[in-house]
Amino acid sequence: MIVLNGESFDVHPGETVTAVLDRLGVSPHARGVAVAVDGEVVPRACWELFALAEDARVEVLTAMQGG
Amino acid sequence: MSETTNMASTVAGNGAAPAEDPITIAGRTMRSRLLLGTGGFPSLELLSAAIAAAGSELVTVALRRIDPAARGSLVDVLSDAGVELLPNTAGCFTARDAVLTAKLAREAFETNWVKLEVIGDEDTLLPDAPELLRAAEELVDDGFVVLPYTSDDPVLARRLQDIGCPAVMPLGSPIGSGMGIRNPYNIALIREAVEVPVVLDAGVGTASDAALAMELGCDAVMAASAISRAQDPVRMARAMRAAVQAGRLARGAGRIPRRLYATASTPDEGLPDFGPS
Repeated sequence: MIVLNGESFDVHPGETVTAVLDRLGVSPHARGVAVAVDGEVVPRACWELFALAEDARVEVLTAMQGG
Repeated sequence: MSETTNMASTVAGNGAAPAEDPITIAGRTMRSRLLLGTGGFPSLELLSAAIAAAGSELVTVALRRIDPAARGSLVDVLSDAGVELLPNTAGCFTARDAVLTAKLAREAFETNWVKLEVIGDEDTLLPDAPELLRAAEELVDDGFVVLPYTSDDPVLARRLQDIGCPAVMPLGSPIGSGMGIRNPYNIALIREAVEVPVVLDAGVGTASDAALAMELGCDAVMAASAISRAQDPVRMARAMRAAVQAGRLARGAGRIPRRLYATASTPDEGLPDFGPS
């Protein structure tokens, strides 16, 4: 179980950022998407291999109108 | 009459039409001196039309949690419009959050530009000066082009410049308030205090506010709510564009000094004498 954008989210052991994005329907090549895990940026190049630990706090962000 | 003619020729001689009067920030040259915030537009279609009407080349975007069900891509719309993105750190109340948001924006949008906002108060959304300075310093050190949303404080503006910000963005009045420029003297002082471009940010309510900003010596104006929440955003975008150009021209033209008493614009010489009434 991780916390994904503020809500509990079941993950398989060793599931990667890319896999979770895929389940959200977000392509790893989608423009304007960024990921933070436990308050640190996870660069796009690392998504494929970055396995999410139990209780990881994951933020998946994108462009929103503002400013 | 000759005075009028001379003034006109002087202005014409100075000559650059607004469209040929570009602004350069951190090596990026833009023809438009109107920056557009994307917040508040009721639809992406309206945003797109407003960008075209405003002629803006640099527009802000925020970073928020993704909504997989959301329709339409803001990034695609902005890409189609041919504008550069200026990610903001809106909603951040600490240097730590603002720095992290800027880094995420760099990942998401592949730009090292950031409009740095570090807010100190929920009701006024005024900047938190110590946190702003801290975040600006860290981001500049990390190679960011930091455009800080700052108070109308000439001392703080100079500090931000000295840290390495290539422009400063002082507020005219609180974000979204539409109260215009409440302290024009401070905006004029900021213009004198720093050498980097000054972009009037926040508080613009209508076209005359944008014109005033430029007349005070600002190099550009940023407008968001004033356009997006106007009853006719596209028409207001056009008005802002014209106002920024008009204010810029007026600044260059050099306004007459304010006087308490009248100064006749028509000479007394040759005034006829019609005799006693």
